[in-house]
Amino acid sequence: MVAAMETAAKLHLDQVSMTFNTPAGPLVALAPTTLAVVPGRLISLIGPRGCGKSTIFNILAGVLRPTAGRVVIDGVDSTGITGRVGYMLKRDLLLPWRSVLDNVVLGMEARGLSLREARHRALPLLRRYGLAGFENLHPNALSGDMRQRVALLRTLLCGTDVILLDEPFAAFDAETKLAMQDWLLDLWADFGKTALFVTRDVDEAIYLSDEVCVMATGPGRIAETIAVPIARPRQRHDVLAPEFIAIKERCLELLAVDHNPVGEAA
Amino acid sequence: MTAQDTSHAGAPLDLASPAAAPPAKEIRRLPVRKDWPLGFIIAIQVGILVVAVALWQAGADHGWIDGFFWSKPSDVYATLIKFFAGGDAWTDIEYTFGSTILGFFLGTAAGSLFGLSFWWSRNYAAVAQPYMICFHSLPKLALAPLVILIFGLGLASKVAIATALTIIVSALTTYAGVKALDADQERLFYSLGASRMQVFRKLVVPYCLPWIISVLRVNIGLALTGAIVGEFIASQHGLGRAILYAGNTYDIALVWVAALVLSTLAVLMYAAVSWLEHILRKGIKQ
Repeated sequence: MVAAMETAAKLHLDQVSMTFNTPAGPLVALAPTTLAVVPGRLISLIGPRGCGKSTIFNILAGVLRPTAGRVVIDGVDSTGITGRVGYMLKRDLLLPWRSVLDNVVLGMEARGLSLREARHRALPLLRRYGLAGFENLHPNALSGDMRQRVALLRTLLCGTDVILLDEPFAAFDAETKLAMQDWLLDLWADFGKTALFVTRDVDEAIYLSDEVCVMATGPGRIAETIAVPIARPRQRHDVLAPEFIAIKERCLELLAVDHNPVGEAA
Repeated sequence: MTAQDTSHAGAPLDLASPAAAPPAKEIRRLPVRKDWPLGFIIAIQVGILVVAVALWQAGADHGWIDGFFWSKPSDVYATLIKFFAGGDAWTDIEYTFGSTILGFFLGTAAGSLFGLSFWWSRNYAAVAQPYMICFHSLPKLALAPLVILIFGLGLASKVAIATALTIIVSALTTYAGVKALDADQERLFYSLGASRMQVFRKLVVPYCLPWIISVLRVNIGLALTGAIVGEFIASQHGLGRAILYAGNTYDIALVWVAALVLSTLAVLMYAAVSWLEHILRKGIKQ
């Protein structure tokens, strides 16, 4: 069963755990965690601060070596290897000295494509995904959501099948956030990437994902994985559907346990 | 519910009472700033200069100040004409200018590369750190006689002193840029599949350029100081040597002339470097 899961999964976390040595003694940031993501799925991780979201994220990105366990991408052990997944943070991290177009092609350039060829490939995509007319502007001239769109496009074009998104829309107001979510779903459907989305917004997690992993603290772990059986493409009014509400209730229930010390002790 | 009630009753908060914030004692308005027209400001600036020179001339003529030690504008002017007609002027200017520019470029380039090199290894940077600070706090001009002994009386020793003064400022400032580099940004580059060399070329160097550029104006002044001090100690040419020579022979007017030429040179170089900085900054933004 495990072997079958591993081969079918694009991304497989196998008993991954992380313990940090602090002056106050060992701190278990992540209890042994197993997670398998089917190709082309969008999975959300949601949970309170200190639940190990960022730890999982950094381990997947290869910038943090887990204490135990392995990361398998496409059936290949990728523990501690960078460059296997594209990622994106809350901050857009665009290079201010590069134009929008040249920021987007950064990943292709890093993979050895000539700047000319990379631009040639990226330009139609910029136009197609709402960045027409911005190609030659510099990031400073753009609004926050536009910058984040550029950053997402850069991540999608970097040539990896798996992308990690760490609270990419956390800085936006509610309205912008909704627009960004729909835009992300469009791109994700077009590019067919496997995506892991970290967020603290329950609605966002359910609306975007095929599966929501609700995490818990002390030690950080995945408390429950909930499938979201709402058909795609998702519509805005899906958030009012009974199954959406039911999932949301369950998520909030799980998250509330963590805020309640009595519940945690139990 | 009861808990809420008691807390309200227990601590009545009267925000409207005058005790909350004393009323302003008087009505205040924003201070009014009125800018003079640019022409008026320039006129005042020129006026101050003219008055100062006139007072100096009159003071020396009437014996209020000692004309032998202070010289006077008319003498300075006559010496200036003689200085440029005599033929030594251009050799001296070229010599000082040459050693300053060479030292400036050598020091800035080597210092910037040195600072950038610290990005490659934190251990190497940690080892080099105390030496850098030591060399930075060392009064390098105190070692100038030694530099003259090693590099000789010619141009090389002046360039060496100018380089020594500029290299460390550039290195430290560039290193500050390297340290300010965003770790997330660096990680993002690696996650996009970049090699270390690519991160260096496409992120570290452009990121540190503003730091490198910001030292240029400081460095041109330091390089000039280095060149002049080198000439003071031992030299056959240069404006520094001219000042020293004139001072030793009590030719005060010539001291003023050389100082005047030197400051003109300094202002010109400063303007040139500011222009260079402007061009480079524009280049970065585009």
